[in-house]
Amino acid sequence: MNFEAIKSIYVFEMARMQRTLLQSVISPVITTSLYFIVFGTAIGSRIQTVEGVSYGSFITPGLIMLTLLTQCIANGSIGIYFPKFTGTIYEILSAPVAMTEILVGYVGAAASKGLIIGLIILATASFFVDISIAHPFMMVVFLVLTAVSFSLFGFIIGIWAKNFEQLNIVPMLVVPPLTFLGGSFYSIDMLPPFWQAVSHLNPVLYLVSGFRWSFYEIADVNPAISLAMVGLFLVICLSVVGWMFRTGYRLRN
Amino acid sequence: MASVVSIKNLTKTYGNGFQALKGVDLEIEEGEILALLGPNGAGKTTLISIVCGLVNPSSGTALVGGHDVVRDFRRTRAMIGLVPQELTTDMFETVWNTVSFSRGVHGKKPNPALIEQILKDLSLWSKKDNMLRELSGGMKRRVLIAKALAHEPQILFLDEPTAGVDVNLRREMWQVVEKLRANGVTIILTTHYIEEAEEIADRVGVINGGKLLLVEEKTALMHKLGRKQLRLELVEPLRAVPSSLALHNLTLSEDGTALIHEYQGDEGQGTIASLLSTLAAEDIHFRDLSTRQSSLEDIFVALVGEKAGEKA
Repeated sequence: MNFEAIKSIYVFEMARMQRTLLQSVISPVITTSLYFIVFGTAIGSRIQTVEGVSYGSFITPGLIMLTLLTQCIANGSIGIYFPKFTGTIYEILSAPVAMTEILVGYVGAAASKGLIIGLIILATASFFVDISIAHPFMMVVFLVLTAVSFSLFGFIIGIWAKNFEQLNIVPMLVVPPLTFLGGSFYSIDMLPPFWQAVSHLNPVLYLVSGFRWSFYEIADVNPAISLAMVGLFLVICLSVVGWMFRTGYRLRN
Repeated sequence: MASVVSIKNLTKTYGNGFQALKGVDLEIEEGEILALLGPNGAGKTTLISIVCGLVNPSSGTALVGGHDVVRDFRRTRAMIGLVPQELTTDMFETVWNTVSFSRGVHGKKPNPALIEQILKDLSLWSKKDNMLRELSGGMKRRVLIAKALAHEPQILFLDEPTAGVDVNLRREMWQVVEKLRANGVTIILTTHYIEEAEEIADRVGVINGGKLLLVEEKTALMHKLGRKQLRLELVEPLRAVPSSLALHNLTLSEDGTALIHEYQGDEGQGTIASLLSTLAAEDIHFRDLSTRQSSLEDIFVALVGEKAGEKA
């Protein structure tokens, strides 16, 4: 194991976050605060409670997930795409580092950033609404698993993307609808049966539901199933990355 | 001397069917400076890329320090420093950070004193806190060299190091190269500039169309393939080469005022003396004489042209 190399990549990537503090930390916090004001305060004052929890508190886990997914995909993809775009990737590819070590460095940094931002949003939320966490350990498990899998997903997009448009298409066009329709802002029990069934095809539903369960013990789907779905997604991403590394896909050919 | 890089029957065919290397064999000796010459698309960069691990070979083997570059990549890549052809830099990084990163990613513990020395040698010390995008092209080139040296490689690959570089920087770069060579570093450079190879290389390899046409010691190559020309400026113009001189491979200049004698580098001694004595006997006087040796460039053009002709 080339630990120095993993450390170097990790530190280098984390330094990027410090440099772009405004964009990478402050902007998600502001966006989330706006969600709280618009959804939590304006709409929430009319909805009162969902399944016994105040609306503002109810949407908090979903909002954290929304930001976590977006940030992890964005960080995971740009981290590997940017050196590919500028050409500096030659250095990592000609260094005595195994692809798995490159992966740990980049995905580790992207996931760490996502987790930091997720926790900052949790702290921000606690200024607006009452938060209680019923299962702190499971909350952390959901948070970490989600951060790692979606950073990995971002990494795949970063290797696959040939231009900035492709790079942005998933985080911009795919993730927000999935998150909005994945029960971040409502319980799917509120939907007609047909749309409830459709919602079950949405992977984000399982994340949000499981994560919310770790806060308030209320869930749209069984938390064990949620956990299994996150695990499944992680395994799928790992297999794709494994294939990419074996074939040298868009990196070494 | 021992081979530090040993390439055997190496081929590379890219995904689009382009065959960049068609079976290259090459032994690079420890501590030498080898220049690889060749036109664009000859396969120089592909060859380097395979040895450095950027491209997977299609067949054949490349050993660095006796280790296979694919199987034993940790050992081989740790020994190698690469300065790429393109000026690729992380534009938002500082010089210091990017050079330190290079050391770390090669698995070496931080060594600020060494990085400082490298930056000073390359006249980059005053720019260490500048972002890379603020630097001129020549400065970026120096940064790439500094990055390649940060992990103390035993072998340095310079892919077209002086493309678009001004005279001062070129001279400085050769000073750095000389210093590295004095420390026992093996240096392989590719170049279009033949005078560069002529100036600093110990051996020259000519590559074209994915094949290594030859590898020779530079002086031996010049000696063997270099044509020499002796030009005699005559006092009295001649209308034709006198028959008594027919054996001497002479041509007359168009206006008849000069005799030109062409010969191979290693056959000069005897023939010139006899030519001059024949001239004296024929009472042909000359007021000036000059010799010209063909440069590596002439040799190169002749070699590459010849092969291209063969194909056609």
